[in-house]
Amino acid sequence: MNKLFVFLAVIFLAQTNYAQNIEVCNTCTVSTLKDAIAQAKDFDTITVKKGTYKEHNVIVDKPLTIIGEDYPVIDGEFKGEIITVISDNVTVDGLFIINVGNSYTTDYAAIRVRNSKDFLIQNLVLEKLFFGIYIEKSRDGKVFHNKIIGDAVEEYNSGNGIQLWYSKNVEIEHNFIQHVRDGIYLEFSDFCTIKNNVSSLNVRYGLHFMFSNDDIYQDNEFSDNGAGVAVMFSKRIKMYDNIFKENWGTASYGVLLKEINDAEITGNIFEENTIGINIEGSNRIIYKNNDFISNGWAIKVRGACYTNSFLENNFLYNSFDIAYNSKVNDNVFDRNYWSNYTGYDLDKNGIGDVPYRPVKLFSYIVNRTPETIILLRSLFIDIIDFSEKVSPVFTPDNLMDNNPKMKKIAW
Amino acid sequence: MLKILKYSFYDLMRSRWSYVYFAFYLLLGVVLLFLNNDLSKAVITLMNVIIVLVPLIGTIFGVMYYYNSREFTELLLAQPLKRSSIFLGQYLGVALSLSMSLILGLGIPFVFYGLFQSSAIWDFSLLLITGTFLTLIFTALAFNIALSNENKIKGFGYAILLWLLLAVIYDGLFLMSLIMFEDYPLDKVSLVGTMLNPIDLSRTLILLKLDISALLGYTGAVFKEFFGTNFGLIISFIMLTAWVILPVFRIVFKSKRKDF
Repeated sequence: MNKLFVFLAVIFLAQTNYAQNIEVCNTCTVSTLKDAIAQAKDFDTITVKKGTYKEHNVIVDKPLTIIGEDYPVIDGEFKGEIITVISDNVTVDGLFIINVGNSYTTDYAAIRVRNSKDFLIQNLVLEKLFFGIYIEKSRDGKVFHNKIIGDAVEEYNSGNGIQLWYSKNVEIEHNFIQHVRDGIYLEFSDFCTIKNNVSSLNVRYGLHFMFSNDDIYQDNEFSDNGAGVAVMFSKRIKMYDNIFKENWGTASYGVLLKEINDAEITGNIFEENTIGINIEGSNRIIYKNNDFISNGWAIKVRGACYTNSFLENNFLYNSFDIAYNSKVNDNVFDRNYWSNYTGYDLDKNGIGDVPYRPVKLFSYIVNRTPETIILLRSLFIDIIDFSEKVSPVFTPDNLMDNNPKMKKIAW
Repeated sequence: MLKILKYSFYDLMRSRWSYVYFAFYLLLGVVLLFLNNDLSKAVITLMNVIIVLVPLIGTIFGVMYYYNSREFTELLLAQPLKRSSIFLGQYLGVALSLSMSLILGLGIPFVFYGLFQSSAIWDFSLLLITGTFLTLIFTALAFNIALSNENKIKGFGYAILLWLLLAVIYDGLFLMSLIMFEDYPLDKVSLVGTMLNPIDLSRTLILLKLDISALLGYTGAVFKEFFGTNFGLIISFIMLTAWVILPVFRIVFKSKRKDF
């Protein structure tokens, strides 16, 4: 009992002695964030009261906790970067940061974390930004529950919502990102978790990553982005239960996979995209239990894609289920449900007795001459598709689902 | 003319074929709705049926009616009536009764299913409008064929050939030419090619309303920019109207000169 009392007392003393609270408000003695940081000691808490603070180039070089009360506005007046974190163990919480400087030579961010560990960036609202949250050569941090609303129009003069560069073990969760160039961008960032984010209406990609291995993407929603989602040159990534929808346009994809190896894509929903998944040079990927609903092309295979397996997916009302541009096929399609399947099931085991050929002749023709798309659903096209189905000449003859399901698969 | 229209119309309304046609669409609508359970999907399936069957039935029915009522036509010709009003009256009688069977036959099950609460109402109206246009166009073409051919067998042959040409062969030739000239920019050509065939035009109009416009994004914005806008829609309807008016003019022209 005594020991416990002493322990509690020590903790109480430690708190009063070391973790001081500094208040910042427009009428206080400390009226700017910069002053507060200069006065603060390690592990102090700075509370920013409601008000507007015109500050930029705020450098956080100590392990501090910066908390905003009722969303104080930090206005950068378009002069450059606003907050730069260069120390470990920093928490930034509840600020409203606006007016980040625009530049063609420097990537100014609303908040940048450089070379630090164990950071926590949460509950921020960012508007009128160039780059939003920029994590650089940092690790073991968390970016949680931020709202980033940009006003990007052109690709060349806008920045990304959340950008990771050479970072590790970062968790990005529950963020809401709109109207920036790339919603979430990862480069050379491994072992990150991207979860429950919503990224929409961005000029280029909702999610974009390159050279980033062993990452997990889960329960995110990417919709209405200029070019959908692009993931390139990465290994062992996992995409679970995400929603990719309404990415429409001439070069727009639910997901563009380029040089992705050994990935797992499970439980995602691809809805009303021009192209659901575009695959190029990607090997050993497992697609399982995904829903492809009302896409132009559910899956477009461009080339150099080997040993991929498509298992137990639902292909519902897509104009084309699969497009293939070569006659060689090394990918496996098995136990999927195809809404275009017209076979029968005499032995009533839930699996169609006739194999399904997902590649239509017309999709081959459209690949060659895109303008022919105008003949979609014409009677003539149905006739040639039927004859190709009976005896495949142009499409890979071993590309078929030998066990097509009769009913939509539920999981 | 109105009297003859009325007579032809009631005559057809009493005939078995109108009922069969009406019942067919009614059945189709009911079956589609109860099998699909989804209004917008049913509209897509319906489109496939409409762009193939409506022209076929329009042509066959038009030719059949003309040959069947030949004796009555000759009787009318003996009366002091304008020739154009006789033939136009008959044409409109056939076309309107077919359109009515189509609209009622498909409309009734959809209305009962809750069309007015659904967002698919515009797609569905477009479907019915193009269906009506196709009926008007192909009945007029059928009358043209029948007027020009005394021989029934020949007339039927030409009618079926016409349908085959516009519904299937045209698309085949169109596709071949697109593939042959694939090295050239083809957006405009394919646009014109579509405009020239009423079946293709109707199909494209409906497709674009059914959100498959996602697809057309791929080929360059040309199709979408053209058909997706009001301008494109107006041009398309002007084209369809032209397809009605030109054959009708030929009916009038031909009937004036024809020797019975």
